[in-house]
Amino acid sequence: MKAILSVHNLASELVTTIWTPVFVAIFLAIIAYAFWPRNKAVFDEAAHLPLREE
Amino acid sequence: MSQPSISKSMTIGESGLAVVFAVTAFLCVVASAKALDAPFAFHAALSAAASLAAVFVIVNRYLDRPVALPPQEINGRPNYNMGPIKFSSFMAMFWGIAGFLVGLIIASQLAWPALNFDLPWTSFGRLRPLHTSAVIFAFGGNVLIATSFYVVQKSCRARLAGDLAPWFVVVGYNFFILIAGTGYLLGVTQSKEYAEPEWYADLWLTIVWVVYLLVFLATVIKRKEPHIFVANWFYLAFIVTIAVLHLGNNPALPVSVFGSKSYVAWGGIQDAMFQWWYGHNAVGFFLTAGFLAIMYYFIPKRAERPIYSYRLSIIHFWALIFLYIWAGPHHLHYTALPDWTQTLGMTFSIMLWMPSWGGMINGLMTLSGAWDKLRTDPVLRMLVVSVAFYGMSTFEGPMMSIKVVNSLSHYTDWTIGHVHSGALGWVGFVSFGALYCLVPWAWNRKGLYSLKLVNWHFWVATLGIVLYISAMWVSGILQGLMWRAYTSLGFLEYSFIETVEAMHPFYIIRAAGGGLFLIGSLIMAYNLWMTVRVGEAEVQMPVALQPAE
Repeated sequence: MKAILSVHNLASELVTTIWTPVFVAIFLAIIAYAFWPRNKAVFDEAAHLPLREE
Repeated sequence: MSQPSISKSMTIGESGLAVVFAVTAFLCVVASAKALDAPFAFHAALSAAASLAAVFVIVNRYLDRPVALPPQEINGRPNYNMGPIKFSSFMAMFWGIAGFLVGLIIASQLAWPALNFDLPWTSFGRLRPLHTSAVIFAFGGNVLIATSFYVVQKSCRARLAGDLAPWFVVVGYNFFILIAGTGYLLGVTQSKEYAEPEWYADLWLTIVWVVYLLVFLATVIKRKEPHIFVANWFYLAFIVTIAVLHLGNNPALPVSVFGSKSYVAWGGIQDAMFQWWYGHNAVGFFLTAGFLAIMYYFIPKRAERPIYSYRLSIIHFWALIFLYIWAGPHHLHYTALPDWTQTLGMTFSIMLWMPSWGGMINGLMTLSGAWDKLRTDPVLRMLVVSVAFYGMSTFEGPMMSIKVVNSLSHYTDWTIGHVHSGALGWVGFVSFGALYCLVPWAWNRKGLYSLKLVNWHFWVATLGIVLYISAMWVSGILQGLMWRAYTSLGFLEYSFIETVEAMHPFYIIRAAGGGLFLIGSLIMAYNLWMTVRVGEAEVQMPVALQPAE
């Protein structure tokens, strides 16, 4: 029981301290990836993907 | 030019699966004989029969097939596997009609309780999960499996991975539906909303779902297209998250391995929180992410326009993934759940407005330059109206998650109205639109049998939805206001039965709306049947042929 509680404490510590900033950072990185000018050509091409018939 | 030196032999998959099913059949016969309750004996016997049938079909299929398995490519073009897609499309239509019909029956039971017939098997309590599971998991699930297998092949330009595996997924999934549905009628239930099936059905679904994930992933991995199209991201999120939700919400200990009853691993508010973490994400990842994948492939394809903003689709995807998983506690406002958890659920639900509307705008604006097609193409109109309903119900949902609003709306028919504007308007219409596209493509037909009938389906069903949701709004708010009305002396003004009486006319209107929706689906089934039966075959253009200059 003691071991379970200490794991639980560690987990909630992680959630309340590290996870939020890490998730925010990941999300900001995704936005940067989506708007990175060099990726535009790939995305424009991908937007047409359903229209290319095989 | 056959090569007689190569003799035909079973693949590892064929022989392995045949042996596994033979052993399963034996074990199921034993389980059926030792069963502690009648429904378990019935399900074990059903599983034994199905396993034997599977052995027979696998061996027969092997005897009938040529020496070599179907090639990955023919003349440099991917040899797409349409068989499992056809099966799932057919089952989707079948379960759709069954689910809508049961919905009409239970709506009528609420208006005229005599229709319960005083029998356990036909009582509202057993038919209601049959309705929800039939429309969500049987109809919606088959639409998702069919479209995902189609979209992943086409957008990866690769044949579906596996030979028997895709068939295992589609047939195995429908067998799960059969076990779950017959179980409800016989009184087998975990009493967890949308997670009613008992432990043995849950175990079977886990196996099927893992194979589904593997087939999908393996197809993505062997893709010829370098970019993974956004619809595949949504499908993958749907498959992975449903696996996590299913495992998270269903840890239960059976009373006996020969009985249907089990007890969940945790009780009280922990169980409630897990249940609604599961329940709301079934909405978020089954009924939203999966069907958004349909939106991102089928609307551009049908409108013949590119996705309005591919960048927005990426942000839409990740914002939805990051936010949806936290919204569940709004189902437990004003319960024993800690207050801060309720507020957290509400906050994340409100934040969901942004990705939901971002996605809606992206779907609608894909019609830029093709708006005129809404006038001439009822299939596209169905797809686009579904996105409008998506916008409407994802506006309503966050609003209802606000605690003050929820204090009026919770436990009333308003919730039922909200769910059905999403289920009939968004999930229903986007599925109908996708099936109207998919059936001619999968069966290689030039087009649908009749666009006029699609038009009829569209208007009959739309009228049905409007009747349904407006009746439930009025009934729900009326009910909520009557519950909280006090007299000047501080007594409750209305008894419960008075609220029930007040709702009666709206229950009849709701049943009428459901009836129209069912009629629409029958028109659709006839149209699709005739498309397959008498539709003109699409002529494949020879590759070398060039259009005249």
